[in-house]
Amino acid sequence: MSQEYNPKILGFLCNWCCYAAADAAGVSRFQYPPNLRTVRVMCTGRIDPLFVLKGFAAGAAGVFGGG
Amino acid sequence: MEAGRSPNIEILSNADLLGLEGKPGDFTAKLRLRPRYIDADKCTACGLCTKYCPKHLTDSYNEGLDITRPIHIDYPQAVPATYFIDPSACMHIQHGTCKICVPVCRSRAIDFSQKPTEREISVGAVIVAPGFGRVPDEALEKYSYGKHPDVVTSLEFERLLNPSGPFQGEVRCLSDKRHPRKIAFIQCVGSRDLGCDNGYCSSVCCMYAIKEAMVAKEHDPDCEITIYYMDLRTQGKDFDAARTRAEEQFGIRFVRSRVAEVVDWGENGLKLTYSTLDGGHHFEQFDMVVLSVGLDAPADAKKIADMTGIELNSFDFASTSTFAPLETTVKGITVAGAFQGPKDIPESVTQSSAAAALASGLIKAQRNKGIVVKDYPEEVDIADEEPRIGVFVCHCGINIGGVVDVPGVDQSVEGMEGVVYHTDSLYSCSQDAQEVLKEKIREYKLNRVVIAACSPRTHEPLFQETLRDAGLNRCLIEMVNIRDQCSWVHANEPDAATEKSKDLVRMGVAKARLLKPLPEQTVPVTKSALVIGGGIAGMTAALSLAEQGFSSVIVERNAKLGGHLLDTRYTITGGNTADLLKDVTARVKKNKLVTVLTGSELVNTSGFVGNFTSVVKSGSGKKAREQTIDHGVVIVATGARPHAPEKVLGRKLPASKKIITQLELEQRLAGRAKNRAPGSVVMIQCAGSRGDDLNYCSKSCCIDAVKNALKIKEINPDSQVVILYRDLRTYGFAEEYYRKARELGVIFVPYSLADPPRLGATSRKVEVTYDDPILGEEVTIAPDLVVLSVGMVPEGTEELSQMLKIPVNADKFFLEAHVKLRPVEMPVSGVYLCGLAHSPKPLDEIIVQAQAAAAKAAMPLVKGEVAVEPIVSHVNEDACIGCSLCASLCPYQAIEMIKVDKKRKARTIVASCKACGICASHCPTFAISMGGFTNDQIQAQIDAFGAVDDAGAKE
Repeated sequence: MSQEYNPKILGFLCNWCCYAAADAAGVSRFQYPPNLRTVRVMCTGRIDPLFVLKGFAAGAAGVFGGG
Repeated sequence: MEAGRSPNIEILSNADLLGLEGKPGDFTAKLRLRPRYIDADKCTACGLCTKYCPKHLTDSYNEGLDITRPIHIDYPQAVPATYFIDPSACMHIQHGTCKICVPVCRSRAIDFSQKPTEREISVGAVIVAPGFGRVPDEALEKYSYGKHPDVVTSLEFERLLNPSGPFQGEVRCLSDKRHPRKIAFIQCVGSRDLGCDNGYCSSVCCMYAIKEAMVAKEHDPDCEITIYYMDLRTQGKDFDAARTRAEEQFGIRFVRSRVAEVVDWGENGLKLTYSTLDGGHHFEQFDMVVLSVGLDAPADAKKIADMTGIELNSFDFASTSTFAPLETTVKGITVAGAFQGPKDIPESVTQSSAAAALASGLIKAQRNKGIVVKDYPEEVDIADEEPRIGVFVCHCGINIGGVVDVPGVDQSVEGMEGVVYHTDSLYSCSQDAQEVLKEKIREYKLNRVVIAACSPRTHEPLFQETLRDAGLNRCLIEMVNIRDQCSWVHANEPDAATEKSKDLVRMGVAKARLLKPLPEQTVPVTKSALVIGGGIAGMTAALSLAEQGFSSVIVERNAKLGGHLLDTRYTITGGNTADLLKDVTARVKKNKLVTVLTGSELVNTSGFVGNFTSVVKSGSGKKAREQTIDHGVVIVATGARPHAPEKVLGRKLPASKKIITQLELEQRLAGRAKNRAPGSVVMIQCAGSRGDDLNYCSKSCCIDAVKNALKIKEINPDSQVVILYRDLRTYGFAEEYYRKARELGVIFVPYSLADPPRLGATSRKVEVTYDDPILGEEVTIAPDLVVLSVGMVPEGTEELSQMLKIPVNADKFFLEAHVKLRPVEMPVSGVYLCGLAHSPKPLDEIIVQAQAAAAKAAMPLVKGEVAVEPIVSHVNEDACIGCSLCASLCPYQAIEMIKVDKKRKARTIVASCKACGICASHCPTFAISMGGFTNDQIQAQIDAFGAVDDAGAKE
């Protein structure tokens, strides 16, 4: 293995909790791996199963729902 | 910034108050407006004039650490964003020469013919907020300030840390520009110091020193930082946690000591000599010494007092009382901020809201007269236009630019479908950048905007406002979060953070292509408030609302109004709390706008800002009855109660009648018993607090201990009072009483958690054993009384948190929406917070907070309507099959089923809709779309997420 495993993860973050928490993590300067790409939604209830499947189809190594 | 935007706030900068006359409701202020020599309407803040100006000027904004020019602006975000000429340094004004700036200015804004003008304005109320002044230089001299360049004040250090500071945010020694390896902070410089007549504590320096030390460590993790302090006064909400973090996470060293002097040590830098509690003298080498200077009264305090007639206290701050903390001695003039006493940002912001409530009460007869309603240019119809996207990538000083390659991210959007303009900017949120945004929208006919900067949760409203100013619907913006969720959390991985930023921007652009304008909607407001809790906070808030003309219902669980204040007797300043309570309770009962429900509890609350409905249960058993109350806002003032610790200082609390709490002592001292102030008393601070049972500082216990010690000495001057403490936190003007107590012979002995005092008790006597640091040995005494300062715990916040969907912090106190910007608002709109339920604090701060909560709560009540976010759900009736799945799933009951042409259709109740989108994700026919979060928009983001991986695979 010449290359490090560097998965790209697609995240759907609820505006009120997980997205806010991700902002708070920034304010507190918590460091975490830079593999996540986020889509803000107003609630995780907004996540249509289709979005998850589309995410995998688009090449996501994992899909994260934060709510 | 927000004040600068409001059409109803006129800012007269560069102006002096010459006189003030009149009475409440009718004041006349005489002002002198100094010339800027620049026409504010023409200046575009381009900065060309500063570049050409040949004369150097010490940059006072950067604490004299940098050089600017006589024609300049203090900093790019300044409001108003207009340059000005310092007449004392300008060569034309002083010597009639030069004038280079005049032809340089392309907008011909420079006008040397401007003269000072005078102006009279009539106002109904006056708020005095001149801030604080500097401590005298003499207080700094013994630390070699002014003699050695590497001794700086904390304000200068703050500028050194700042990206717009003299070294662009790098901490460097002023002597030879090297990075300091060892930095010392000296606390209480010009505070708690009778040498310069500042006998008070400045309240904020311990916390800002910790902050500056942590930021310096972030800049340079290898530098060693030591903070020399007397008492660490981190008494504010969650402040102790910051101190712990500084010590444990950042490795900052705290040394309890007094610093004798700092002297030049030749090649070694600086030599700092200090003495510790055990009487030892030590010295240490440092590269840089930061003096934590206190907050003095403003330099022109006496002039303000002369002109307005308000009285000052012995330290030249505005004189106010504990029971009316913001009212000056002149009716109609209120004070806010540090001029009322040294304080931090959250408290200053709270005070300013409270002062606004007081002013609003005074001028309510004039409400809605003479105000300007902001009008926006007509919205451009973009329905038939192809997307023309503008992308703006923000450096946010070094916050983003220090990690992410911002120009690279900016370049990455070049050629993307629909992108017709892109640029980067230092601070996208600054006023000048907003003007640029407007200009570019017009110039390039942009109809979608992508801002890659901070979080939409904090800054989207600002940019939306700018879009409206530029004639675009405010929903045509997409914010990409490359600060809070990228540069800040990947500080050590600049390449990965840049890649992530590029991906996020590409996803944002993909969504932006599909953004659609959405209509603005409003709903009416029920003009009354529900106040939960009938203590001093709840009552003050209700009275303040009544003063402003709004009705409220107070729900109090107990049979009697008063809350925690019922158990207290007097304040440290000598005020009688029973008198205050009697007066306030009587005013509440008399006021026709206030309804009181005692013996009552909130059962349930539903609705949203402007339209809440609550069920309140009164009485118990068979007599219990429930009533429904409609109200527009909620004020939470549920208070706190004294903690009843089982363990004190790591050991189980022995049972003894001779061990009482500070509150019990207060009641006893206020009584008539002959032996109420016995011959020997030991007080133990932080009993059960700060790491014992409770993790936090209760802020008022040290002041209460000193208060009661003074009372004992007043009744029985021969009594021996020993106070065992960790950090004595008599902040602000309470420091005076601490000094007085020491003068009267109260013995203060510090202890550490490593070796805490031990309590023993038999049936007859109590014993306290503690280490005396001065004697250097263990002392055991058997006092007549042991008094515990037990701290405060919140009342039933978890229950209410569930009911109102409002958060609590780790210590179970309610958590405000933003500590600094929105200190009395909850994240749920229409819900406000005050009193002990927010955090423990002394009485004057509670009263101010209650007035502030009332000011904020009155805002929707005054407006009479609230705007609904345009992102609510929308049902396409043609596609709806009337299955009612959405209506059954909606957690907010925001979808109703109606009949249209005899067919069942779903319809959104916009005022109840929270835009969660559960309906949209479950609709079997995709008939529901969410404004700003449509299926195609989110899918475009997902597709854009994948786009780079395809490219990556090709490599």
